[in-house]
Amino acid sequence: MSSATSAFSRRFRTGGQYRRFVSHVLLSAFSLVFVTPILWLLVTSIKSDKDLYAVPPVFFPKNPRWENYADVFKVIDFPGMTWNTFFVSALSVIGVLISAPLVAYACSHIEWRGKNIVFAIVIGTLLLPYQVTMIPTYIIWGKLGLIGTYVPLILPAFLSAGAGYYIFMLRQFFMTLPASLIQAAKIDGASEIRIYIQILLPLSRPIIATVGVLLFLATWSDFLGPLLYLNSEKDYTLSLGLYAFMQTHYIMWEKLMAAAAMFTVPIIILFFFAQKQLIEGIKLTGIKG
Amino acid sequence: MIKKATITGLLFSSPFLIGFALFTLYPIGASLVYSFTDFNMFKSPTWVGFDNYRWVFQEDEVWKSIRNTLYMVAFATPVSLIVGLLLAQMLNIKVRGQSIYRTLFYIPSIVPAIATSLVWMWVLNPKSGLINTALDYIGIRGPNWLLDPVWTKPALIMMGAWGAGGTMIIFLAALQDVPKSLYESAEIDGAGKIRKFMSITLPTISPIILFQLIMGLITYFQYFAQAFMVASMSNSGSVQTMAGPEKSLLFYAILLYREAFVDFRMGHASAMAWVLFVITSVVTYFIFRTSNRWVTYGGD
Repeated sequence: MSSATSAFSRRFRTGGQYRRFVSHVLLSAFSLVFVTPILWLLVTSIKSDKDLYAVPPVFFPKNPRWENYADVFKVIDFPGMTWNTFFVSALSVIGVLISAPLVAYACSHIEWRGKNIVFAIVIGTLLLPYQVTMIPTYIIWGKLGLIGTYVPLILPAFLSAGAGYYIFMLRQFFMTLPASLIQAAKIDGASEIRIYIQILLPLSRPIIATVGVLLFLATWSDFLGPLLYLNSEKDYTLSLGLYAFMQTHYIMWEKLMAAAAMFTVPIIILFFFAQKQLIEGIKLTGIKG
Repeated sequence: MIKKATITGLLFSSPFLIGFALFTLYPIGASLVYSFTDFNMFKSPTWVGFDNYRWVFQEDEVWKSIRNTLYMVAFATPVSLIVGLLLAQMLNIKVRGQSIYRTLFYIPSIVPAIATSLVWMWVLNPKSGLINTALDYIGIRGPNWLLDPVWTKPALIMMGAWGAGGTMIIFLAALQDVPKSLYESAEIDGAGKIRKFMSITLPTISPIILFQLIMGLITYFQYFAQAFMVASMSNSGSVQTMAGPEKSLLFYAILLYREAFVDFRMGHASAMAWVLFVITSVVTYFIFRTSNRWVTYGGD
């Protein structure tokens, strides 16, 4: 704030400072709009039901009711659901990070006949509505007797199913790596797999980390997958668990908010640590339509 | 004789190709077959010809869901794009604390849909909600939002705009790639801010706008999670129909889900999926065809 005030005092001296001051005011106003619902979530989570329905509403409760958080643990198995969510997300991320860079490499630095066809397939999968594949896929898992297990949520990741966007991002990054480097290694007699493991992957750490974080955020919040495939409450992920909780106890807003806060805060923390990496990674791929 | 490179390429692609065959190619075929059958998961499918497609085009609820979905596609897509671009444009200035602002704008887009729905149902509460309280201060009586069929979709559009951080990040990356020299020479020619934005910024980032536009359209044609949660929880609509007040939140993907997994009419749902596929493809194709009028691919 102090920099903004000093900028204000010098505004007549330099137009640039004045412009910067206006930008800060604008940016702060917009930030407030974007952050308020999250603050509202946090303050609602510590309200008593009297504060909850007060008209006009109290923004910050006089007597914060921290017990709402403890109550969540009484109503739903929060640690269990957190573990389930983490388990599904972590394995999905590992699966995609094993299979997607491989195909992205085949679509960039290996010269072979199928290269363009495979890349066209990758892009094609982006345009196909998931509704088309959803029903037959569900029926396959049904026939295999695997509905109600985590297999349908995890196994496809190891085969890059539905990962078209991430393959595209990886491929765009790989294209920026100098082909001469890979050529030189080939002349030295290195095999493709060795080049992939010893040259390409180490150079691609930033983009792989970016894809990993984006994927983790997406699977952590996924709703439809768990909704389709999980049917026993002890297997629920947080999204599905909160949804079920919400349907049966929609009166208990303050507890719902506490649960939602506990669901959201970890990913905000993850984002906080990953943000520089994440944004650099997205910049590097320079997604061009 | 197959070349060694071809074998290597195939080997590297094989996990993806197996996944594509099992989870995309086979389902496409199966879904097409199901769309011509009467099938409920419990008995084997029986052939019914075009009955399911006839149902799709004759059923009132389908038309209702198509109108609702087109409403979202037509308004939510541009709103999210414009908000994303506006935020990116504001951040594309060297200011102190830029990364903090960037973080604050981006965070809503990573909040899980269930938490977003929850907090917005509360923010939009007609009596004690944040928005109507704020409107009260300036003397406006806010609408009933999720209880009023006229306001349910605008509320969802607002939720969508709030989560425009993902769009913003990609626009920001694009804006930072616009060559500074272009702006400098335009300034010498005396171009103002708006002129620079219209004649330099927009054309330079037009390929990204096209990409985001198509991604946005696809998202809203398949709009599901948030609407599903809001519609089945706000005590206005009935829980069973998942449709919100006066079916104003009955979107195509929701009706499709209901046909398939609540009423087990897999044939109806498969036909709906194919109609969606055709509509999406036609719209995407049309946009690509007309895009050469407004998309310019620069020299880099």
